[in-house]
Amino acid sequence: MTSKPRTLYEKIWDAHVVDRRDDGTCLIYIDRHLIHEVTSAQAFEALRLAGRKLRRPDLMLAVPDHNLPTTARVDADGKRIPIADAASATQLATLEKNAPEFGVRYIDAVAAEQGIVHVVGPEQGFSLPGTTIVCGDSHTSCHGGLGALAFGIGTSEIEHVMATQTLLLTPSKTMEVRVEGQLGPGVTPKDVIMHVIGVIGTAGGTGHVIEYTGNVFREMSIEGRLTVSNMSIEAGARAGLVAPDEKTYAYIKGRPMAPTGEDWNKALAWWKTLPTDAGASYDKVVVIDAADIAPSLTWGTSPEDVLPITGVVPDPANFADPSKRAAAQKSLEYMGLTPGTRMEDIPVENIFIGSCTNSRIEDLRAAAEVVKGRKIAGNVRQALIVPGSGLVKRQAEEEGLDRIFIDAGFEWREPGCSMCLAMNPDKVPPGERCASTSNRNFVGRQGPGSRTHLVSPAMAAAAAVTGHLADVRKLEPLGADA
Amino acid sequence: MNPIHVVEGRAIPLGMKNVDTDVIIPAQYLKTITRKGLGEGAFETIRAQPGNIFDDPEYAGANILIAGDNFGCGSSREHAAWALLDMGIKAIIAPSFSDIFSGNAFKNGILTVVLPQEVVDRLLEVAQTDPIIIDLESQAVTTPFQDRFTFEIDPFRKHCLLNGLDEVGMTLEQDAEIAAFETKMAMDRPWL
Repeated sequence: MTSKPRTLYEKIWDAHVVDRRDDGTCLIYIDRHLIHEVTSAQAFEALRLAGRKLRRPDLMLAVPDHNLPTTARVDADGKRIPIADAASATQLATLEKNAPEFGVRYIDAVAAEQGIVHVVGPEQGFSLPGTTIVCGDSHTSCHGGLGALAFGIGTSEIEHVMATQTLLLTPSKTMEVRVEGQLGPGVTPKDVIMHVIGVIGTAGGTGHVIEYTGNVFREMSIEGRLTVSNMSIEAGARAGLVAPDEKTYAYIKGRPMAPTGEDWNKALAWWKTLPTDAGASYDKVVVIDAADIAPSLTWGTSPEDVLPITGVVPDPANFADPSKRAAAQKSLEYMGLTPGTRMEDIPVENIFIGSCTNSRIEDLRAAAEVVKGRKIAGNVRQALIVPGSGLVKRQAEEEGLDRIFIDAGFEWREPGCSMCLAMNPDKVPPGERCASTSNRNFVGRQGPGSRTHLVSPAMAAAAAVTGHLADVRKLEPLGADA
Repeated sequence: MNPIHVVEGRAIPLGMKNVDTDVIIPAQYLKTITRKGLGEGAFETIRAQPGNIFDDPEYAGANILIAGDNFGCGSSREHAAWALLDMGIKAIIAPSFSDIFSGNAFKNGILTVVLPQEVVDRLLEVAQTDPIIIDLESQAVTTPFQDRFTFEIDPFRKHCLLNGLDEVGMTLEQDAEIAAFETKMAMDRPWL
């Protein structure tokens, strides 16, 4: 045991070192491995070809999410409706075959617990503080909201974890992102993380693990912390962390896969030792005043292209760096925007509320509060609500949120990744614009030619009912009597 | 995995910054259960433009790609590395790479070379007309014009690339250490 003060990241790292090499590379033990249908097939195939076994199938959980259609999955007689797209159907069938063959727990496409892998992990109590969590998906950083060291891996690494339950890693640098002060009205966790990405840039966190500190994150709900940590990867950081606290423990307790009895007490005692020690230092520190954060959105094709909703489309001529100027010019051409246009004047034809960033119950409540008593605007052609899991969907229905959305003209869908990456039939048509609660506004991300504006659930709802990108602060809640 | 010693050939002078994995291989091409054939969908949005660099006969058969900062940012899809490999790319030169992408590239035997922007600018210029040589052993990039630029690489990665080593096989040899860790973990953290 070292007496040097350590950060949360260093404590989790140290607790998982199987072997440390002279060059600093470590063999790190992996506690939790989530898999889905899109990035696991080639890893299972490689194991089979090499005659290798899964070392610890008991530490794995499989759930399909990326390419499942979000329309009905069973017919009136309760029979499974096959996926029309042959390639997607094959991927799903491959996971359905691989999971039992290798002894991996599998939540199938029609189970009540099915959902986006990063919603399901925390919801089931599979993701725990102080654990190392991997998944073949970059938004695995999400689970860091619980104080877990969680990061995305490629398929070769999936195979490595399957066969050895470890990964060969070099330690990351640490970055503290401290946000202090009072958040203004209409400013949600999504606005906070988009603002952070705007400040540090999409490569600002490369090589680092971010720890989010300050009263803003302490006061934030667990679901909000998951949203923040989720987008760490958009700042280039492979993982994000929020120190576990009483809120974390209350969130986890009683979940199906969470520890119980004496195990719970032992776990709790250890979790309480995890927060960063006084006097520990980070390689980089970024301090942000909460009062500077407005309801935010993106204007371009990179998550760092962030503006407050009160802003105007930037003029590339004002970018000092020539390569940024060229990139901005290209982005605006792709986005079909003219410099100087008020963001609030930009009409949108598509609304997507969902994704591992923003599809939890609090997200749906925030959107419903804005939508209640209103209708989607006439120019909005497609407005999807895609709950993050079957359990989120059920809870929303118990709270009557589904009625609010359906009455307003939204489509109430089955859980999955959906229009975040458009691998399933949910796509933004070419040249059309989408106010989206997802995490990436890359070229073609929501379908070829799609134009994405990343926003919070409340802002997506505001865009839906006004027909243009809108400042949620200008929409009074209408409430039950409207 | 095939060992890499020297990568020599024409380089595609792409130069773009923040080339994300959705640009390298769009999501609709991820619906495959093998690693082959992804070159077809590689850089689809760029290739849709007439006169694009990837279909320029000048660079036909190129095995090196030169790009700007933050190459491979975005998703963890290893399909990006597989697509590049399927296009015949064996090495990529850029001022920086996303962490996940560089790991994926390495695990597929693609050499990622980090060089400062001004050096990359020079190589982009040379690549317009002439080949580039990357020597992994001596960690140097050279051109037919007597340019010589050395680069850093993680010694472990270098060793694996030079010898074409399979990382899973290597780690499996540490089975006893992993088993010992698991025994200790079962005592210290029984809830896992």
